Amino acid sequence: MKVISTEIDIASCSKILVNSRAGALAGFEGWVRNHNDGHNVLQLEYEVYNPIAESEGDKIIQEAKTQYDILDAYCVHRSGLLEIGDCAVWVGVSAAHRNEAFDACRYIINNIKTRLPIWKKEYYQNGDSGWVNCERCAAEK
Amino acid sequence: MKKSITVIYFALFREKAGINQEVILTEVNSAADLFLELKYRHQLNEPQGHCKIAINDNLATWDAEIDDGDTVLLFPPVAGG
Repeated sequence: MKVISTEIDIASCSKILVNSRAGALAGFEGWVRNHNDGHNVLQLEYEVYNPIAESEGDKIIQEAKTQYDILDAYCVHRSGLLEIGDCAVWVGVSAAHRNEAFDACRYIINNIKTRLPIWKKEYYQNGDSGWVNCERCAAEK
Repeated sequence: MKKSITVIYFALFREKAGINQEVILTEVNSAADLFLELKYRHQLNEPQGHCKIAINDNLATWDAEIDDGDTVLLFPPVAGG
């Protein structure tokens, strides 16, 4: 698990998971969208407490490796100011077969959203801004 | 005996408290009691169950003990991804 303040290089991230035993790579990209709860969103700012975000992220990946028959997993999350369409988070899971890769990928992103000390501030077209909380994510879990 | 605790605020809590961090003197024993004290001190309305706390850079449960000299990180509801 890494937190970075520059653009996520998805091709390089995928290469980390290359394994001759793998028959599948399931990847998830979280993108910055231009709307939320009826607001037109112009930009997002992620505040991250890196030491715990990375250690807790590593713990989540280890949990996924224990619970699912996968080969490896990796996650990168952005910090700082992002524009519409930017990739905010990438999760990749390699496995012999696709079903385990999909399931583990979902497990990782769901837990990344609810357990890591990461906060998202949205900047709206009308000049307002606000912190987004993840109650909905927790409900979906 | 009062304990000296360094509290660091993040995101929404930092904005509400109007400070990045502070040193407080308190008699509380648990993380939950500290949260309650800080909630009234800075009018933090977010339910405890949606927030998190870390003590000396380790995520902690709300029944964790607070000791003199601890650094406590107070996390409002998270929203990664």
